[in-house]
Amino acid sequence: MGIADLFKKKASGNVAKDRLKLVLVSDRANCSPEIMEQMKNDIIKVISKYVEIDEEKLDIEITQTDSEENNGKVPALIANIPIKDLKSPRK
Amino acid sequence: MGEVIVITSGKGGVGKTTTTANVGTGLAKLNKKVVLIDTDIGLRNLDVVMGLENRIVYNLVDVVEGNCRIKQALIKDKRYQNLYLLPSAQTRDKSAVSPEQMKKLADELKEEFDYILMDCPAGIEQGFKNAIAGADRALVVTTPEVSAVRDADRIIGLLEANEIKQTHLVVNRLRMDMVKRGDMMSSDDVVEILAVDLIGVVPDDEGIVVSTNQGEPLVGNESLAGQAFMNICKRITGESIPFLDLNGKASLMQRLASIFKK
Repeated sequence: MGIADLFKKKASGNVAKDRLKLVLVSDRANCSPEIMEQMKNDIIKVISKYVEIDEEKLDIEITQTDSEENNGKVPALIANIPIKDLKSPRK
Repeated sequence: MGEVIVITSGKGGVGKTTTTANVGTGLAKLNKKVVLIDTDIGLRNLDVVMGLENRIVYNLVDVVEGNCRIKQALIKDKRYQNLYLLPSAQTRDKSAVSPEQMKKLADELKEEFDYILMDCPAGIEQGFKNAIAGADRALVVTTPEVSAVRDADRIIGLLEANEIKQTHLVVNRLRMDMVKRGDMMSSDDVVEILAVDLIGVVPDDEGIVVSTNQGEPLVGNESLAGQAFMNICKRITGESIPFLDLNGKASLMQRLASIFKK
């Protein structure tokens, strides 16, 4: 029995819908976990040039967001990058 | 000039063949000249669902290989003069036919028929490619389950990539009682996720099993599934038909009807 069962509020139809939305985003983007990992490493490399970041807690994912132009959903890459310390500007 | 419609789903067992049989029969009821093609080579099924399994002489592979003329392989339906079936081969595999050959066949049949329905096999391999080769439009059949919807999404992407101009969604086997208590995705949920136009919602109906047992599609009868399939046919021909109310009163009537049947 999972924690979700204890609260038993969320109907399974909605659970299905939410799970599908998430899985379809990565299906549609055709983005494998390896590519995500490479992208994550590259992002770390670039950002680390400027600020000190918490690599452990860095989290990136492809999700959906409301499109501004047409009223639909578009895939978006969301990165949550905790900063440990702002480095002083170089040069 | 006829229209070629492929009925596909990705996942198996969601009702492609049942939909093909019912939509084909319904279009014939509407006085259209229709041919159903079973493109699932090696796993022939449309013939038994249509109740025509005893009349097969030649099949799709015979036609493509030139062992017979198209006319010789077409089986006339038991009930409708203007409805034909081109059965699949049971003892061959998908590689016996190529997409080019299927397109050529579809183009030839278009000359004579109003609608050519391609019953697509499950999967996205050769059989799928064959079935969509000559298609002008597609009906994607799904059930309100995560696996079926996920596969449908993949299929919709592949149809777009293959430049099938029109894709419509059929949500099959919907159970309103479960939707009401929140334990099944509604057809609106599925449409929202897949973002394609809905052409029909078919409720889960025991009548489908009975009609398949008998080899007589139930399209057009008084059952909700029969009405739902007929509405899909009318929408295919361009009529604008409101969606059935699958709630409350209708299902009560259904329950009453089923009590009296016993």
